[in-house]
Amino acid sequence: MTEHLPVLQVVVPLIAAPLCALLRPGRAVWLLAMVTCALCLLIAALLLDRVLAQGVISYAMGGWPAPWGIEYRVDAANAYMLLIVAAIGAVVMAFARTVVEQRIRLPASKQPWFYATYLLCLTGLLGMIVTGDAFNVFVFLEISSLSSYVLISIGRDRRALTAAYQYLIMGTIGATFILIGIGFLYVMTGTLNMADLAARLPAVADTRTVRAAFAFLTIGISLKLALFPLHLWLPNAYAYAPSAVTAFLAATATKVAIYVLLRFFFTIFGAQFSFGTMRLDAILLPLALAGIFSASVVAIFQTNVKRMLAYSSVAQIGYMILGISLVSVTGLTAAISHLFNHALMKGTLFMALGCVSFRIGAVSLDRMAGVGRIMPWTMGAFVIGGLSLIGVPMTAGFVSKWYLILGALERGWWPVALLVLFTSLLAVVYIWRVVETAYFQPAPEGRATTGEAPLALLVPTWTLALANLYFGLDTSLNAGVARRAAEALLGVGP
Amino acid sequence: MQILGLYNYWIFIVLMMCGFYVVISRGNLVKKLVGLNIFQTSVFILYISMGKIAGGTAPILTGMATIYSNPVPHVLILTAIVVGIATTALGLALVVRIHEAYGTIEEDEIHAQSEDEAL
Repeated sequence: MTEHLPVLQVVVPLIAAPLCALLRPGRAVWLLAMVTCALCLLIAALLLDRVLAQGVISYAMGGWPAPWGIEYRVDAANAYMLLIVAAIGAVVMAFARTVVEQRIRLPASKQPWFYATYLLCLTGLLGMIVTGDAFNVFVFLEISSLSSYVLISIGRDRRALTAAYQYLIMGTIGATFILIGIGFLYVMTGTLNMADLAARLPAVADTRTVRAAFAFLTIGISLKLALFPLHLWLPNAYAYAPSAVTAFLAATATKVAIYVLLRFFFTIFGAQFSFGTMRLDAILLPLALAGIFSASVVAIFQTNVKRMLAYSSVAQIGYMILGISLVSVTGLTAAISHLFNHALMKGTLFMALGCVSFRIGAVSLDRMAGVGRIMPWTMGAFVIGGLSLIGVPMTAGFVSKWYLILGALERGWWPVALLVLFTSLLAVVYIWRVVETAYFQPAPEGRATTGEAPLALLVPTWTLALANLYFGLDTSLNAGVARRAAEALLGVGP
Repeated sequence: MQILGLYNYWIFIVLMMCGFYVVISRGNLVKKLVGLNIFQTSVFILYISMGKIAGGTAPILTGMATIYSNPVPHVLILTAIVVGIATTALGLALVVRIHEAYGTIEEDEIHAQSEDEAL
């Protein structure tokens, strides 16, 4: 049984999704989805444990050996990503039930479809991570993308529809670019297996086709991960999606795209080709810095808090890309560790906002005035998430910022390190605006004085909030394993 | 001669650019989807072309033929065609819902309505 873990990781949610769609609305369908998510988390934890103990796991799909059949290949980097996505998937699923039943504009009879779509999205994300086959990445990418368009479009606001449409157009262009890139690689090498591609590419690396493939993949993946200036789909999609969906997508979807970027550029093309020959870092670095700076500034001027956090996500993606563009073990450790930490902090923040909108029906700054006094637990979680986002010591966010600054100083780029510190101050500004409004301003007239959010929402929110604190102190997972993943990607170390 | 011999790749490039241009330049949501479709279809042609060998036959061992076309790209593109259909269907479904919500499928008119809402 345990040798089938890599494939079970994908098959379990894939089979559970149509089962969910067949069930009648009610508690059972949620329970099935929840158990599925919990199983995924368990499988991911077991996989990480095995990979750390025994090294790379290779699984031949259907018994067909590697270069011909589809190989599922799990190393430190995948296993770590699987754990992030599965954990967020499970926590948000626990959160989703109350939101879906009462807050989403979805007739009760259609609710099972929400769970089915959510599980399909999870399947796609997990599949992109676990697979060792380049074309398989595209297939899972489309599974997760198509289901996330649906999830976004069921937001209460009608602008959710246009946001989903815009994301569909941009996402499909990105995915098609990736498809073209993979096609060019196949033309040159005759293989789709990632390890096999890595072995065969150096012989043909100096051709226009491979360089074109590289360009198409760069643009395609950058669209999916919302690298500045290709991030335009993201703010609306996150702002108008239902809060549970935003929490799930913000914490996982762009992270998985960054993982795909790492996989293609470090494992398939190799750091030597991507950063030595093609000088990708020279493009990524300025875009990352521009993204961090401009998105943080734009976030300060937002009045919709969800939209503000969406812009903050663009800035945080910039930090990860910055870490990658340092092309060193420390820089990559920062990027990979930030994948984990950002999932924790944005998960917390968006779920706390979900609690707020559950009670007062809006998340604009003026409507949130005084909410800290009536919802102390919710806003407490928001503050912890905010501190982590800023990168205050003792929170998870500090760990990745620390490595990022170390990595920049290692390269002697002290202006970059200073900019990281300065933009953290911008994060202080926009988080403080919310805290100030929520705690120190009187409640607006005419808002119903409702109490704290129900426990079913608070428990998942606080689980992630406490994880922010825990992983700020015990960094063996988010820095230790991240370092091993970075070393594996760069091909140095054990 | 080589330029003409590679005509299917030229078709790929022309179709791809046409589709891409339609997606960017049109304001009508359905027309955008049409452009997206052309863009995706061009990639199908790329994949099908690269698997085909002139004079090659289907890869079935009959003992008669010696040149076979590579079936893998054709199978891959079947998957991509399914993905394309799903994308188009979902896109059109969204357009229907957008039309219900806004009463129009022109991008600038929707944008104007959204602006009013934000104020």
